[in-house]
Amino acid sequence: MDWASIREEFPILQQRVKGGRLIYLDNAATSQKPRAVIEAMSRYYECDNANVHRGMHELSGRATAAYEGAREKVARYLGAGSAEEIVFTRGTTEAINLVAQVFGSAFLQAGDVILLTEMEHHSNLVPWQLVAARCGARMKHIPVKDDGTLDLEVAAVLFAEGGVKVAAFTHISNTLGTVNPVVELCRMAKEAGAVSLVDGAQSAGHLPVDVRALGCDFYAFSGHKMCGPTGIGALYGRKEWLERMPPWHGGGEMISVVRLDGSEFKPPPMRFEAGTPNIGGAVGLGAAIDFIESIGREAIWEHDQVLTQHLLGRLAEVPGIRVLGQAVGVERGAVAAFTTMAAHPHDLVTFADERGLALRGGHHCNQPLMRRFKVPSTARASVYFYNTLDEVDEMIDIVKEAVRFFGGLD
Amino acid sequence: MAMNDELRELYQQVILDHSRKPRNFGELAPPCAHVHGDNPSCGDEVDLYVRFGEGGEINEIKFNGQGCAISQASASMMTQKVKGKGKPEAAAMIEDFRRVVMGDQEPVEVDRLGDLQLLEGVRKFPQRVKCAMLAWRALEQAMEKGE
Ligand SMILES: Cc1ncc(COP(=O)(O)O)c(C=O)c1O
Repeated sequence: MDWASIREEFPILQQRVKGGRLIYLDNAATSQKPRAVIEAMSRYYECDNANVHRGMHELSGRATAAYEGAREKVARYLGAGSAEEIVFTRGTTEAINLVAQVFGSAFLQAGDVILLTEMEHHSNLVPWQLVAARCGARMKHIPVKDDGTLDLEVAAVLFAEGGVKVAAFTHISNTLGTVNPVVELCRMAKEAGAVSLVDGAQSAGHLPVDVRALGCDFYAFSGHKMCGPTGIGALYGRKEWLERMPPWHGGGEMISVVRLDGSEFKPPPMRFEAGTPNIGGAVGLGAAIDFIESIGREAIWEHDQVLTQHLLGRLAEVPGIRVLGQAVGVERGAVAAFTTMAAHPHDLVTFADERGLALRGGHHCNQPLMRRFKVPSTARASVYFYNTLDEVDEMIDIVKEAVRFFGGLD
Repeated sequence: MAMNDELRELYQQVILDHSRKPRNFGELAPPCAHVHGDNPSCGDEVDLYVRFGEGGEINEIKFNGQGCAISQASASMMTQKVKGKGKPEAAAMIEDFRRVVMGDQEPVEVDRLGDLQLLEGVRKFPQRVKCAMLAWRALEQAMEKGE
């Protein structure tokens, strides 16, 4: 694979920031966008823009075809049974809120159990807390072991205790990099009579995903973490479930007949897409999918592993380093969250930023997980396929320098 | 690669020294005013303990905490400077320090801030202003609480 010329497709990476060449290692927060995505969106706005499913004119037809074409692409990309199983949302967070609120209000009762894990991003935790508070459901959490993996023995016990109606877990942890055994978890949920939701924010753009092979009822992801624009993502929902779920937001697009005293609703996915959708975003997401598929997700995942293992191996050289999660050698998501004895994450990130190195510092929307590992915050480096081994090496040099500086050895 | 000037200004030796060896670090036993302050987004925490005298002057002050060099150094230096000060003077120092790190207005009496002026480098790093202000916001609350 010619990774160097793939990298050239990302205009933003060709710049200098502050003291140095930009080294963008905050990909778990959001990825950069290739020219193909930026151009597809400009082309849409320059040539085809209109509202969808409404106007009976040429442009509206084109906009509708572009929007629905993107839905088809997402369906194929995820291995869904049909495009009717794909609901466009603003991203992962909105997709999870949709399920939590609609499923919660229709099917959850006092005493029911919502089973999550200790490693969930706030966006797969807080929506469930809101629903639980409203309907009286209880929340339980599969614990995370010291090596950053889920304790599946305890998971089995929690399922066996009964009452589990929803099990929601992340595919890949945005902090630990752990790849969870989602096939097994979905099977456990199914056997317990619970629906399963997979948070795919960190997996959709990194490895092949087939929702039917995973066996999940719902899968949520964000376009912006996989070369697409912000403000667009999707929820895959198994047809049987989407059809049984009542609407969420009310408004245009989601109705078939409206009277003053009541309305009838369209079938899914339109039932869950009230109002004018993010058409330009969907076009951009479709272009992102094409771009990723032109490289291939197997190749991306393999390259992730090369970069991440190099990152972990080199981080081990830094004095006083602690990396959260599994050790070197285990297949994992393209992130490394770490602390050093000498440099606080916030200081380290400021230091790095002055060199053009973009890291993230903080709790990464994982406050309970930070508490679990008894760290107030960490620095995090996360790579994507356009990053290089040289960039990782440069990052290590900067981190070592920061450790010397803050440790008083410089 | 040489460190750039803005970083050197932000992390002056005095600041790093305070962050590595914080002064007045610890707790006070009650009765005293105790305030917990934190910046949840970055994990900085400060627990401030203040014992006021009859006339409201700051007789004893200690802090506990964890966080970045800026938040911890600012807390350490603050405890040294405000010890023994009456409430009106401490309040004026809080306002002056805020002006120093925000850079939006001239401080009224900058001299009494002493080394704290070194934190002026924070101005160029807007995301770090809340780190520098953490202990000071806690002090403000402690003065409202009294005791
Ligand atoms: C694991 C995980 N879940 C959910 C989210 C939320 O995604 P978004 O903010 O795009 O809705 C993120 C990223 O921020 C994530 O890493």
